[in-house]
Amino acid sequence: MTEWIEACGAGDVDEEDVIRFDHEGRVYAIYRSPEDRYFATDGLCTHEQISLADGLVMDDIIECPKHNGRFNYKTGEAKGAPVCVNLRTYPVRVEGGMVFIEV
Amino acid sequence: MAQTAKRDYNLLGPSSEAAIAGGLAAAEWYHTEVDRKQMKALMQRSDGPAIRDTVIWLGSMLVLAAGGIYFWGSWWAVPFFLGYGVLYGSASDSRWHECGHGTAFKTRWMNNVVYQIACFMIMRNPVTWRWSHARHHTDTVIVGRDPEIAVMRPPDLFRVILNFFGILDAGYAMLDMVRNAAGIVTPEEKSFIPEIEHAKVIRVARIWLAIYLVIIALSLWMGSILPLMLIGLPRLYGAWHHVLTGLLQHGGLADNVTDHRLNSRSVLMNPISRFIYWNMNYHVEHHMFPMIPYHALPQLHALIKHDLPAPNRSILDGYREMVPAFLRQLRNEDYFLKRELPATAKPYREELHNGVAAA
Repeated sequence: MTEWIEACGAGDVDEEDVIRFDHEGRVYAIYRSPEDRYFATDGLCTHEQISLADGLVMDDIIECPKHNGRFNYKTGEAKGAPVCVNLRTYPVRVEGGMVFIEV
Repeated sequence: MAQTAKRDYNLLGPSSEAAIAGGLAAAEWYHTEVDRKQMKALMQRSDGPAIRDTVIWLGSMLVLAAGGIYFWGSWWAVPFFLGYGVLYGSASDSRWHECGHGTAFKTRWMNNVVYQIACFMIMRNPVTWRWSHARHHTDTVIVGRDPEIAVMRPPDLFRVILNFFGILDAGYAMLDMVRNAAGIVTPEEKSFIPEIEHAKVIRVARIWLAIYLVIIALSLWMGSILPLMLIGLPRLYGAWHHVLTGLLQHGGLADNVTDHRLNSRSVLMNPISRFIYWNMNYHVEHHMFPMIPYHALPQLHALIKHDLPAPNRSILDGYREMVPAFLRQLRNEDYFLKRELPATAKPYREELHNGVAAA
């Protein structure tokens, strides 16, 4: 059973950046791409559970701040060592200036 | 937690189990607070500085190698090989490191190419060391967890001195290469390298072994060590600078803590050493924020120095602090240097480190 939850305001995330969103004990990462689209993934790196919201967004890549592991945040794909496990992604929609994710 | 038992640096031994049980493995580390916009600006990648430095690095090596070959057989070759050796056996250490983090260049393939070249020069299997270095950043100087502790306690100073000439390090690296090439990955290596990467470890070792065999065969055929002076031996006669600077990173400081201000050292250095070392003299800053490219570390240092112990003023100043600490650790391996924080800094979290014997 999934539900749409309000994660943040659309303006809370800078272009080509990421913020953290905590909900019911889980950590999510909300991204705003350079082409002004929004995406959501699990918020912790699959390598060593570091918050990706402190990392660097470059085009469609999020780089983990601890070991520089890289994921495509649009697909969740792990892009090579030291990350081997893909990130889970979540559907996103923007309504009334707010970002909602389906979890 | 208090240090009561003798340190066991085996990654599969009791110290490792104790670190995991005590919450020191994959722990949350102290970070200086930095505004997100400033951090984002510092994290930005750029190809320019690393392309410039790589052209200077490899270009200088070519010129020095040409001079060494031209003057081979005379004493005039010596200064050429001394310079070539440092660029081969020491500058490769920082290039391996920065490109391994993926921060040196913006363009991914450039990082990967320089990473492979530098790993070959410094004799570190690029797969093994990518993973060991990830562990080093997760569990920096945590006994039984960190595979890259350069000076274990009590310090083996004879080994340290030999490594200024790469004697033990390169020897072990060659043994590791032959072992990996034979298809053997040790249980210790398996403790930090995922199984899916083992085949890559073996493949690289076999390629490298083939290259070294060709160089040795060429030397035998020519009846000259000149080919080995260019490939392989510079890892020995040019190692001194990376050991000189590398020992300062964590030497004489705390272990089993979760604050890089306690276990890492920043040292102000001359511009030549900083070029060879690619700014890794800002080592507290690098460990606290490993995603900052080497060329932005001076700016990061300026931004957070209010929260860090004052850097040592020079390499000599660092050794004046570190060597006496090593000598004291020979008598008491629990001894370490605890540097004073400026009044503007957040204090060390004594509740986490109160069992560690202070200097």
